Amino acid sequence: MKTVTLRYFASIRETVGVGSETLRTDAPTLAALRDELIARGGAHAAALARGRAVRLALDQVMAPDESASLPDDGAEVAFFPPVTGG
Amino acid sequence: MGAPRVVIQTQDFDLSAEVAALRAGDARVGAVCTFVGTVRERNDPPTLPAAHGALALQAAEPPEATPLRAVPTRIGEPGAAALSPQGADSPWGGPAANRGGSSVTAMELEHYPGMTEQAIEAMIDEAHRRFALYGVRVVHRVGRLAPQEQIVLVAVTSAHRGESFQACEFLMDYLKTQAPFWKKETTPEGARWVDARVSDDAALARWGIAARNA
Repeated sequence: MKTVTLRYFASIRETVGVGSETLRTDAPTLAALRDELIARGGAHAAALARGRAVRLALDQVMAPDESASLPDDGAEVAFFPPVTGG
Repeated sequence: MGAPRVVIQTQDFDLSAEVAALRAGDARVGAVCTFVGTVRERNDPPTLPAAHGALALQAAEPPEATPLRAVPTRIGEPGAAALSPQGADSPWGGPAANRGGSSVTAMELEHYPGMTEQAIEAMIDEAHRRFALYGVRVVHRVGRLAPQEQIVLVAVTSAHRGESFQACEFLMDYLKTQAPFWKKETTPEGARWVDARVSDDAALARWGIAARNA
């Protein structure tokens, strides 16, 4: 098991109901982590459902997709909708 | 070193002061290009015939996908006219009240502290690799903003204008789709998160960067 800090932003933060949480997980990749959160059901499933536009950052760097491996311990994974700054 | 290259702040910024600080003491500088994005009170797209590539992309989008757009302040850009007190005479058809769409009464900007600065720093590094630049400064506001307020500043210096013009546009195209900011606008119908625009991804793709956002 490894410890991951999860961060949520914008509409996803509002749906999940918290801005961050800590999780113990065996998920090998970002995709598996997202699936694990969806499997919780409830607000997490609603916010992160497949088919919704969800973008991810791993350790504060934009993830081009969800294939990246989840580092052994202490990673920060953020889930958010497409960005709209500028 | 002088001021940091990237600043995220709630308070407003002063364009003249920012440019002066960026140029200060650097006699190599022969060109300064700046972009200022502001909060529009309109949330539907312009209806003019497409005059150039960027407008053509906008026109192809559904109206609900373009709730807010940073207004270019280059002379001759249609957006600049929308800022003028004579908005009713602008080619965009005048102020919000005359056109019946939803008007934005306030906007809330959220960001991802830490990642935001890191992401924009990386964009500036990339701009330096692509263009012969001397200085770059990016200021982006967060928190609650009212219509017509300034949101973002990109300022670039170089020896000649071409590099500054290009770098300024490159940085804005990059920032729009890859910097972690989110806008929530308040309208008479309620608050809603602004949708990302496919045309912004296309704008970045023109620079050879294929990064999906919208």
